[in-house]
Amino acid sequence: MDVDIVCVGFGPATAGFLTTLSRQLLKADGTPAIESTVTPGMPPQILCYERADDLGFGVSGVVTRARGLRETFPDLDPKQIPMAALVAEEKVVYLLDPIGASRRSWTVRAADACLRAFKGLLPLKNDALELPWSPAFLHKTGGLVLSMGQFMQWVGAQIQSTGTVQIWLGTPVSEALIEDRNVVGVRLLDQGVDKQGKPGEGFMPGMDIHAALTVLGDGPVGPVGQQIDAQFGTPENHHSRDWAVGMKFVVDLPENTPLKPGTVLHTFGFPEPEIFGFFYVQPDRIASLGIFVPSWFDSPMRTSYRYLQHWMLHPYLWRYLEGSKLRSWGAKTLGESGRRGEPHLAGNGYARIGEGSGSTNVLTGSGIDEAWTTGTQLAESVLELLKAGKAFTKENLEQSYVSRRRTSWLESEARVAEKSRDGFQKGFVRGMVGMALAGLTNGRLALNGEPVPPYQRIPTLEEYYRGRISPEEIDQLGKECRIKGVSLHSALMQRCGWPAIPYDGKLLVSHQDALLLGGKVQAPPGYADHVVFLYPELCQKCGTKICIELCSGQAIAPGQGGVPAFDREKCVHCGACYWNCSQSVPGNPERMNIAFRAGTGGLHSAEN
Amino acid sequence: MNTAYQIVVCGSIVPDPLQTLEPVTGPAGPALKNEMMLPAVLDPWASHALYEAANFAKHSAGSKVWLVSLGPKAKLQQVMMTVAQKVPFELIALDGPASGFTDAAEVAALLTEAIQSIPGLDKAKLLVFGGWESASRGAGATMQIVGERLGILDQFQGVDELKLNPDGSLEILERIEGGKHQVSRCVSPPALLGWATGNLPEPKNNPQVGMVNMRTAMPALQKAKPVKLAGESLTFKSVSLPKQLRETKIVKDKSADDIAREIVEWIRK
Repeated sequence: MDVDIVCVGFGPATAGFLTTLSRQLLKADGTPAIESTVTPGMPPQILCYERADDLGFGVSGVVTRARGLRETFPDLDPKQIPMAALVAEEKVVYLLDPIGASRRSWTVRAADACLRAFKGLLPLKNDALELPWSPAFLHKTGGLVLSMGQFMQWVGAQIQSTGTVQIWLGTPVSEALIEDRNVVGVRLLDQGVDKQGKPGEGFMPGMDIHAALTVLGDGPVGPVGQQIDAQFGTPENHHSRDWAVGMKFVVDLPENTPLKPGTVLHTFGFPEPEIFGFFYVQPDRIASLGIFVPSWFDSPMRTSYRYLQHWMLHPYLWRYLEGSKLRSWGAKTLGESGRRGEPHLAGNGYARIGEGSGSTNVLTGSGIDEAWTTGTQLAESVLELLKAGKAFTKENLEQSYVSRRRTSWLESEARVAEKSRDGFQKGFVRGMVGMALAGLTNGRLALNGEPVPPYQRIPTLEEYYRGRISPEEIDQLGKECRIKGVSLHSALMQRCGWPAIPYDGKLLVSHQDALLLGGKVQAPPGYADHVVFLYPELCQKCGTKICIELCSGQAIAPGQGGVPAFDREKCVHCGACYWNCSQSVPGNPERMNIAFRAGTGGLHSAEN
Repeated sequence: MNTAYQIVVCGSIVPDPLQTLEPVTGPAGPALKNEMMLPAVLDPWASHALYEAANFAKHSAGSKVWLVSLGPKAKLQQVMMTVAQKVPFELIALDGPASGFTDAAEVAALLTEAIQSIPGLDKAKLLVFGGWESASRGAGATMQIVGERLGILDQFQGVDELKLNPDGSLEILERIEGGKHQVSRCVSPPALLGWATGNLPEPKNNPQVGMVNMRTAMPALQKAKPVKLAGESLTFKSVSLPKQLRETKIVKDKSADDIAREIVEWIRK
């Protein structure tokens, strides 16, 4: 099938692209402002293929300065968007460890002891310190608290109502079509196949969609982005080794909640110092809250779900959350390499936008506004080229799109942020100091620390628990968990003093209930497994099996012969396994042993 | 023998059944909490009817399928981006509420009017399809009333299969008690079929079908007629969710007998 422009993935960047583009394709009288090359007499034929089953499934709640959004929607009224509120109050809170199970360095322990010793002089309440001051670069003053799911539904409806763009849902793109180093379109995913991808009943091979321009907005773990990186390489010294798993709950707060819409809380220090938390209050007593587990939290037992529950139970937060009810749940990974993870932004026949293009600002913790802006910048460039009758060559796209991006606030702020988190590579305290330095000096100063791939940084279980649990006991617990077919982290955390979660069936629910009640996770039949263990022998010798421990949906479990088993029906497509595998494949130190391919299904909630 | 049918499928949207639905009482009567925030899908019963209609049309040369759908325009538009890739049809959109708290007679009147407005409608070729009930309008009365308003006497409910006999008559399997089917023979259209689940799997997404459908679906959505449901003849005394107790367990590779046994044990506890 031939079209003019095909987009891969409908996230905030593609939404920005299509919003800007769709407004200028028709004249006021309804005739084409620009003519299609494949359907003469019509406006350009623009299609967008999205993996998820509906608009806004699988993206996450956010607080944003909304600069880019307001450039597109100057009269933006949060009341138009469900679950949106103006930022009213921001607090940064240091959480102490009320349990004694958190793994804290001596510097953090010393700081905690000082805080507790001087608690009469400090605003220390509920085992937490509300920082009396926080740097301006962290603030989102004047910004918005949003449910990205609801925002994407809102903006998606507007785009489609123009009648100039079609957003096809539940339709993953398998790969880019490449001819002589030119991207000439995309191939959709095969349907009617078994788990291994072999044709079965109702087999329908993925259709080829030819387009003059392919817009890649498939996020940080998108298979087409991966393919383009593999095919065309990445700029020198650029790599994507920093990332985080974000996991969240959307809850109904109790009726007597004192929290006002627009309240924003950022936490650090607990359940582990490296884990950051967020708590955004939305209208109608709804709140989005959760944690980020970063790549530099060097634990082979990095479970997001269990840590999220302990975080909610912290006295500072629990006083707000007690009596709350789960509405929605979700998880995603975030590419946190920022500008250092930027791929080639354009080539012959393609351009990259959004998080997968390295747009996230790792200093300000801001990604949506940046992603949206990359989309609008590309749209302006595309309109410019279409009106001038110029082809979508690498040269033309660099002169229009890439140069626009380079001269905008996106680039200048990304440069300030570029090394701001390097300090975390050598410890939490050093990381916080490095961030402050970079932020307060506009990036002139930063603490060094080169990010390394996971297999160079994740310790073995025995190393991580040295002095706390003996290797024999770890081995014994591992055997018991394998027999039960469950992950190991709960047993080890319990052994280290983390208390059992007091399930209440409303907010504190099992991981499976969060998946089914909150995430409503689904996977349609007839598609191949999208998570593949490339070299089973590497899995067999892997001691940590970190893919099982961190899997956001419990979709990866102990399997036969030491190779983990993947259950597509539980996968939320967060991509944590892809980032975090501790085994590199032979001949490619940047490529881990898990392939994360195109797939269908996932979350069925538009509230995240 | 004429086998070119005009098949009109009545199918509206409902909140995605996977979502947590909570009834609330508002100024205009009962509603679902945050209904506009809930993702929507084509009513599962109507989906079966649509797939069966497309399959029947495919095997009956010259036939055509229309989908008459009532719902908020923005939600309809979104749902069409999933449904339109499945099978070929022409959309007739009505912009109105898709809440479950509506009067079946009022909805049926609007659907009937929309069907009657189809240019070139020929009752001698007309087959009206729909779900025998709805995931939101559980009364199961809407299609019957549509049939009555259209003056269609041959009505079949709980349909699982429709076959075209060599003599041009229609053979219809309707569900009856005891897991059995009643076989009926209908000499010719017009007929109304309220579908149960049918026998067809969900069709695969076909981008070309989608592109063809959207040529008519987008204009239909843009000129969707706004309609109102007064709800004057209907009063809800109260609405509530059924009491439920949930325990989650995921099992695989277990026989249906074993699963049934476990469920019985769980209920007895």
